[in-house]
Amino acid sequence: MDSTSNAVMRTTEPVAEAPANPASDHVAPKEPTPALPMARQKADNESRLPTRIWLKNTGVRYVTRILALVTAVALWQVASTNGFHFYINFDNIPAPSVVGTALVAELAGHEFYLHILHSLERIAIAYALAVVLGVLLGVAMGSSRWAEDIILPYIELLRPIPGVAWIPLAILMLPTEQSSIIFITFLGALFPVVINTVHGVEQSNSVLIRAARSLGASKKAILWHVVLPGAMPSIVTGLAIGMGVAWFSLLAGEIISGQYGIGYYTWNSYTLIQYPQIIIGMFTIGGLGTLCTLLIRQACNPLLKWQAKGGRS
Amino acid sequence: MSTVPVNDNRLAVLDHSRLRAKAGKSGDERGRISVRDVDIVFDTASGPHVAVQNASLTVRPGEFVCLLGPSGCGKSTLMNAIAGFVAPTRGEVTVDGYAVTEPGPDRGMVFQQHSLFPWKSVKENVAFGPLMAGVGQNEANSVARTFLSLVGLAAFENAYPNTLSGGMQQRVGIARALANYPSVLLMDEPFGALDAQTRIMMQENLLDIWREFHNTVVFVTHDIDEAVFLSDRIVVMSASPGRIIADIDVDLPRPREQSLLTSPDFMALKRQCLDLIRKETLNAFQRQNKAG
Repeated sequence: MDSTSNAVMRTTEPVAEAPANPASDHVAPKEPTPALPMARQKADNESRLPTRIWLKNTGVRYVTRILALVTAVALWQVASTNGFHFYINFDNIPAPSVVGTALVAELAGHEFYLHILHSLERIAIAYALAVVLGVLLGVAMGSSRWAEDIILPYIELLRPIPGVAWIPLAILMLPTEQSSIIFITFLGALFPVVINTVHGVEQSNSVLIRAARSLGASKKAILWHVVLPGAMPSIVTGLAIGMGVAWFSLLAGEIISGQYGIGYYTWNSYTLIQYPQIIIGMFTIGGLGTLCTLLIRQACNPLLKWQAKGGRS
Repeated sequence: MSTVPVNDNRLAVLDHSRLRAKAGKSGDERGRISVRDVDIVFDTASGPHVAVQNASLTVRPGEFVCLLGPSGCGKSTLMNAIAGFVAPTRGEVTVDGYAVTEPGPDRGMVFQQHSLFPWKSVKENVAFGPLMAGVGQNEANSVARTFLSLVGLAAFENAYPNTLSGGMQQRVGIARALANYPSVLLMDEPFGALDAQTRIMMQENLLDIWREFHNTVVFVTHDIDEAVFLSDRIVVMSASPGRIIADIDVDLPRPREQSLLTSPDFMALKRQCLDLIRKETLNAFQRQNKAG
């Protein structure tokens, strides 16, 4: 050995293949296997799709998804204009064209935006509270058996209760209408966040915790550097589900709203027999819920970027 | 052994006074391990399981010792007792005179695989120990770079572990354990999951690094070739209950290279280990048959 060189490790070991070639494991089986050549070839072809074809396939899938939605709207239009009535009754359902006209009218005014703004405000407050409390409770439950035994019975008992069922108690217990609505929305978001955080924390990798301990990490440091990042994929799932549940709990909460909110708008349209407005309200809730969930996932992506470049386990 | 000159400024911040087991500032020795009359018993559903029985072992500062034995012989358990993850049921483990009660940065640990923090970059993984020791972020980063250079992975400091090959991940693991300047390096089958070619290269790499650090190394393996190639001493263990059955000095010249693997001296030592382990395995089978 050349003793004049310092003890820098030799770097002749092959570098990991670029992640762009995920099928490298399948390349060139070491000994020829005569059995089932057809099957092998098929498996190889399937796992060795170049990026170009993958993109093309994905593009086709998105086009398919959009077409599926367009088809549904078209069928709805046909059913409504022809008064389709066979068990399901489309007689009183406004056609997409009618709903579209009503929507244009709503978008031209400013009332509709006020409804959305009020709902967004309630969602923001309720969701923020749910995330903070949910993650705190979840971490406590996941890392302490004692905390779990105390908190879990409440969670299991309260979780199946739908938002609507909370309305009377919320009105009795809380000082204002606004706080009642926020409370109901908060409850909806809270449980998915808690459950998923507990799940993530309880799945902490014991080897990583041992590694951290042998590197001199304190309990607090282990929680911050090992347990929480490891639980993050599960927590983010909880945050996304929580956002969806928050929106449909909001609808329940806004039954008691006196003036504004997209849920109030929908209920009020029902009371006033404004069918196109009911449908507009429904789709607005669906759209905003989806949009907010997407935003949450996007916002959390930087926390999970270490997962993206998979390849080697 | 001749000293290895450091001619590369990448290694400039390597603190050599903290590296060598035998050359502390005041001439103190670091990294003396003493295991005295240790039993380790686990409670299992089917009653107590004796993982380690009556183990006594002294490792001198700067010595490279392999714990060799079949799976389930308690060699990893014994190492975990030195690391501080497992408390002995009886007896005592001390490092440099202090009883081991919990894991600590003076005993660096290298695990078999998947022990890097996947959410931290390679550099952040190596900087973790110094950061926990209370040095600032900048200082921790510069220490991390130094040790990554030492294992030849400076170019990968911003990569995430799951983009590296298994061998590269283990090199990061070694750099991470060394970044705390541990007096003892504990390695639990660190190359067991690697393919044969990579494993041999990693063994040579490890000896290169150890030549510079010369800290105490306890290395767990079930691979006889690996044990003979690496160590100054092989401590052979047998299974159920795990006992130390032999303590073999490996008097092969250093630095060691691959050509050693086919030399007569190497073969003789290998045969000695093989015979011991074969005898013990047969005994264990007979005991099991009698018990069954």
